[in-house]
Amino acid sequence: MTTILDPTNEKTPIARQLTPRSGVISGTVAFLDISKPRGDVLLDRLEEQLKARAPGVDIRRYAKPTFTKPAPDTLRQEIRAASNFVVEALAD
Amino acid sequence: MKPLLPAFSLRDASGADVSFPHGRAAVIALVKEDCPTCGLAVPLLEAFHRAYGSALDVLIVGQTQEGNATLVERHGLTCPMLDDSRLKVSFAFDIDMVPSVFVADADGRQLRRVEGFDRAEWQALDAELAAMAGAHNAAIEWSALPPWRPGCGSLSVDPRFADRLRAEAENSPLRARKIEIAPADDEFEFMFDQGFTDGLPVVPPTPERVIRMLSGTRRDPQSLVAVVPPNMGEATVEKVAINAVMAGCKPEYLPVVIAALEAVCTDEFNVHGVMATTMGASPVMVVNGPIRERIGMNMKIGALGQGNRANASIGRAVRLAIRNIGGAKPGGTERSTLGNPMKITMCFAEWEERSPWTPLHVERGFKPTDSVVTVYAMSGGPSLIVDQTSRRAAQLAGSIAMCLESIHHPKAHMMFDTLLVVSPEHVDTLMTDNYSKADLRREIQKVTGRPLRELVSDERSGVGMNAEKAKTLSNEALARVMPKFLSEDMIHIVVAGSEAGKFSGMFHGWVGGEIGSMPVSRLIDPN
Repeated sequence: MTTILDPTNEKTPIARQLTPRSGVISGTVAFLDISKPRGDVLLDRLEEQLKARAPGVDIRRYAKPTFTKPAPDTLRQEIRAASNFVVEALAD
Repeated sequence: MKPLLPAFSLRDASGADVSFPHGRAAVIALVKEDCPTCGLAVPLLEAFHRAYGSALDVLIVGQTQEGNATLVERHGLTCPMLDDSRLKVSFAFDIDMVPSVFVADADGRQLRRVEGFDRAEWQALDAELAAMAGAHNAAIEWSALPPWRPGCGSLSVDPRFADRLRAEAENSPLRARKIEIAPADDEFEFMFDQGFTDGLPVVPPTPERVIRMLSGTRRDPQSLVAVVPPNMGEATVEKVAINAVMAGCKPEYLPVVIAALEAVCTDEFNVHGVMATTMGASPVMVVNGPIRERIGMNMKIGALGQGNRANASIGRAVRLAIRNIGGAKPGGTERSTLGNPMKITMCFAEWEERSPWTPLHVERGFKPTDSVVTVYAMSGGPSLIVDQTSRRAAQLAGSIAMCLESIHHPKAHMMFDTLLVVSPEHVDTLMTDNYSKADLRREIQKVTGRPLRELVSDERSGVGMNAEKAKTLSNEALARVMPKFLSEDMIHIVVAGSEAGKFSGMFHGWVGGEIGSMPVSRLIDPN
């Protein structure tokens, strides 16, 4: 029998589960632009559509400083505290 | 307080377990059959057993099963001959030499230690045992024995076994989870199945190999080298050593791997973004200073290619560490559209001695005698710059600039950096006019400079400044000349390659500066 040493960080991977969907959009929706080109174009169109279909929803726009790095902790906390939903505009 | 000797339990020739300590005084003699001095000592130990055996235990601990059987037969032993063929007891007693004889009291505390054969010392040992046992001296004709004989090396310090013994010892420096591969499994296939590899076979990181790798550094195996994105895995020296074994490194490469991993895991380098980008960037590592020669790195013919163990395995070790410790895997957080062979390995050394210019690490603030690794995030390359006909420095600089203009897209300006590898023949051409690095950088910026109006999105290519926005700009603004690089210090220059060939190489940057990745240099610990 050969024994080898684990080359990984030994964190047991846990499959992420989707948050249950309520079927209703209400409250505050955060629109997060990761700052890739034309992400704002996509979010502009989405905002128009959402306002038309769900007029009572409050939409707040956020942007990451750069798409190359994870969102700063303060931004994540701010979005989490203020929002019921997040829509993230990913790649170009 | 007298030191406590390690407790043990070993089998004798009949298969019975014999334990130490056992409630009475004992003589423990560690021997091996092919040692002539042990051949001298074993009959004396048998005589001790016969004379004092009723009062104390005499235990001969032999280092090979076959040798033990030979000794029992050759000397007609009645004294217990214990099997230490796994060498655990020899290792625990921390001996370098056989025969090594320990006298212990009933609690297992050491009273005397004798190594090799010194007749006077052994006579004193005999007298001490006689006194302890309250018996007459053993029947030994001391005058027939030589006055002195050196011992032999214990198998527990033999390089064939020492690494395994260190790895298996209770105070082993290894803490990583052990994975046992069943005998029916192929260990190489097993590691592919576990996702530990970059698609090529890896060396199984057995405890012995990892212990050997750790001899390449004096750093504590559990000290933290870096926290590796994206999963923020903790890269201890041990974890880095495991990945270095897998990559095929020698122990003397380990300090370079450690320094390079420290460098890529800084916020400036931003390895998370480098690995995640769809552009397919990867760290390119350049080594400077005396360690290049010491570990046999290639900076000459084919320096950026295959065939040199240090270049290939150092780069690969860093990539495997990012994959295994950080968790960056293609299809997971690694999202490269096309990928890039540099993602397997890209590491080389600068040929400082062939360069007329200040070496890279000195430019970056280190001493010439320092050994340093510098990491760059590059999305492509090395691409060849072919110019076999320019004879003046400005001509060649112009050619280099024209090739550099193609990085990402000819209309993409001021967004990234480049690593330029100038070959010796091209160095000579540049030196016909005594070009400095600054001259070369200035010329590149001059030749690649384009008026902004040529860098606007148009019918021929959609890349460039938004055409609607350009319409709002004045003629003066549109006439402004934009060089390829935001500043001259985005053009990194090193010398490498063989003496033959008017070809240089360029690596294409990724997203330069604070919003993307910046080069990082780290001192390589010389120990």
